[in-house]
Amino acid sequence: MTIERTAADSSAVRPADGDPAPMTAPTATPRAAPTAAISPADAGAAAPPLSAPGYLSVRDYDFFYGAHQVLFAINLEIPARQVTAFIGPSGCGKSTLLRNFNRMNDLVDGVHHRGDIVMGGETIYDPTLEVTSLRKRVGMVFQKSNPFPKSIYENVVYGLRVAGGYAKHDLDQACEVALRASALWDEVKDRLQASALGLSGGQQQRLCIARAIAIRPEVLLMDEPCSALDPIATGKIEELIVELKQRYTVVLVTHNMQQAARCSDNTAFFYLGRLIEYDRTRTIFTTPSVKQTEDYITGRFG
Amino acid sequence: MSDPAASPSEPVRAVRRANTSPAGEPFVWLTALGVTVGVAMVVGLLGVIIANGVGVFWPRRVVEVAYVDGGKPARLLGVVALEREKRAIGASGTETQYYVANREYRGMAFVFVDDAAVSERSYPRDVVRIEREKDGEVIGMPVELRRLGEAPLAANDPRFPAALDHAVAAADERRGAIATLLAEKGAIDARIQQGRLRGGDDGERARLEERSIALRERAAELRKREAQEVLVLDLIGGDERRIRADAIVDWYFPNRLGPMERVGHFLGAMWAFVSGTPRESNTEGGVFPAIFGTLVMTVMMSLFVVPFGVLAAIYLREYAAQGPFVRAVRIAINNLAGVPSIVFGAFGFGFFVYVLGGRIDELFYADRLPTSTYGNGAIIWAALTLALMTLPVVIVATEEAIAAVPRGAREGSLACGASKWQTIAKIVLPASVPGILTGAILAMARGAGEVAPLILVGVVKLAPSLPLSASYDPGDVIPGVHTSAKFMHLGFHIFDLGFQSPDSDAARPMVFATTLLLIVLVLVLNLSAILLRDRLRRRFAVSAF
Repeated sequence: MTIERTAADSSAVRPADGDPAPMTAPTATPRAAPTAAISPADAGAAAPPLSAPGYLSVRDYDFFYGAHQVLFAINLEIPARQVTAFIGPSGCGKSTLLRNFNRMNDLVDGVHHRGDIVMGGETIYDPTLEVTSLRKRVGMVFQKSNPFPKSIYENVVYGLRVAGGYAKHDLDQACEVALRASALWDEVKDRLQASALGLSGGQQQRLCIARAIAIRPEVLLMDEPCSALDPIATGKIEELIVELKQRYTVVLVTHNMQQAARCSDNTAFFYLGRLIEYDRTRTIFTTPSVKQTEDYITGRFG
Repeated sequence: MSDPAASPSEPVRAVRRANTSPAGEPFVWLTALGVTVGVAMVVGLLGVIIANGVGVFWPRRVVEVAYVDGGKPARLLGVVALEREKRAIGASGTETQYYVANREYRGMAFVFVDDAAVSERSYPRDVVRIEREKDGEVIGMPVELRRLGEAPLAANDPRFPAALDHAVAAADERRGAIATLLAEKGAIDARIQQGRLRGGDDGERARLEERSIALRERAAELRKREAQEVLVLDLIGGDERRIRADAIVDWYFPNRLGPMERVGHFLGAMWAFVSGTPRESNTEGGVFPAIFGTLVMTVMMSLFVVPFGVLAAIYLREYAAQGPFVRAVRIAINNLAGVPSIVFGAFGFGFFVYVLGGRIDELFYADRLPTSTYGNGAIIWAALTLALMTLPVVIVATEEAIAAVPRGAREGSLACGASKWQTIAKIVLPASVPGILTGAILAMARGAGEVAPLILVGVVKLAPSLPLSASYDPGDVIPGVHTSAKFMHLGFHIFDLGFQSPDSDAARPMVFATTLLLIVLVLVLNLSAILLRDRLRRRFAVSAF
């Protein structure tokens, strides 16, 4: 699916989007990290085309900060149990769209939207829908790891604690399951009561992933989860992302083109608030149909 | 130099200053001046208070002065209180103020003597200083101790000090015994009275009356004995004084003390000041009730102000839509901090005491009216008035602490499906606790030192008892604290001693000592809050976002 960009929209860039990382120029050589061996597109190769209704559907979606429009007529179908990467230069609206999937942007004063986002057949903007119940179905991992100043255990079970109604035994079990799923269990199983702030940066980010999946969400949103991590920690998180898609629908915002290439099944390229091209990752990175996409992924503009 | 942007033809020259010392920077001096002035003022003030406040308790030597007064030779025994240039017009030279005690004898406890008129100064070894229950101290030369049924014991007898100590202790004991007898008699008298009202049995009444009379007689006997245990003193100048042993609180030989004894006496006097109850319209004795009242009132105030301040700050920062109205509220809160404290006192008097207290009395204590329970000054009204006064401090500090909680922490919590309130209670508030405590510390420091509003809402010169209730009284809002009691306060004590006392010379040392104590109390309250804050800060430290 391809959307042509109109020329008049260049003013729609939101300058203060807070994406600090400069664009990384992609290179042809794959990194020597173990993740390089993972073939990203295999899972999606035999899947139905991306225009079929997905688990998350964005329909004619416009989004405004006050009078300032940041997303323009987005139409996007995100298939279940695959990794979908959002790429694009800073301020292109990819994080804004991601943060709308769990209505995190509701916290900002003066936002409004047109169009709809549908998750599993239900609109997320249903006025009778409790936003906390939506967020329990949509886990989120942030750019900067943000563990709470509590013990590792309390961090993981936080979502269950606020939901209430879980016995100690359930919490213990959920904690172990989530920590195992985020590949952190072996490193922290002996110090679950220690402060989460004593963990390394990569461990903290995996703890945040554990916290997000402990509530067993359907969708996992990741907003540049590796931007503050070193290559080894990044490698671990990327392996984790590929494993997580067995059970979750993962949406990944990244500035790192190799990361999108390595871990995602589908890739959406955004520019100035518009969806420029959306296709299988393999297609995007080998034969993009839009010139702009090709320029971006080869580092010719950005 | 390797920067290619610099012009290659003209290398940049190093600029040399005439004065390379960093202290040559003029603004270092200007800014340091500000700090210096502030520090000098604070250190000077504290120095004066500490030197004078602690010096009160140091047992100084008593000097015997022979001088000429109005052409006639005179002598006095006293402690140097003040040395200064003469103040009289046309006079020159110096004069010395002596603390001579013996207030009821001379009319004044302080005497000024022209230094030029002094012919001799000496330090007699035998002089005693005696602190009495009433009329202040006595300084004099002991002559003899007269006891019932024994020969008088001369002061130069080596057994004299022990005998005097024994007599004082025995008198103390007798005083206790008399008090017990009188209390017993009072109880019996009350029963007689009740019996009379109810028209009880005559035989019973006669028996009780008999016992009452017996008790009275025993007390009178003990009292008679009191009157016969007497210390005879020679007050230089030929006068002889008799001081009953039961009037003596403490006595010592000021000119016989060794260095260690002096320190011991110093510490003892300090302890007596801190732990004792006031006597002689507060110019003598200790200030324990005032310390206790200040402490209880300040803690109560914190209990009121912190929860309300935190709730208000949470609403303003987390729930209210930020707009002109909230901004106006915030400005109003900040202005509230600038309202003179006496205005809060007047408000507390009008609202808490009259309106609230009066209504509570009508509703719950109607049987005690016209004696008011809550309808007059009370420790709870004082605490509420000061809580109102310090509310802005807590709100502002809490708001800042809440605003400083990183957005990442809030979003992390909300993304887990937590509601807004859950996020506030579990993430935002714990992280703001150190900031909230900072506000509480500032509020306590301000509240503990405040006097003006308290005069209107419950502070008294002399409270009959501590604001405590031994048994639970349903009228007490906080169990164990007698919330409707009037109380004593160190700040008011200072005002009362310094400006309301009939003998300001005698009260001056107490003013300094009390001031020092108030500063120490505020310091202790603050330090404990700071320690608590640091412990919590370590526990709730938010990672570097």
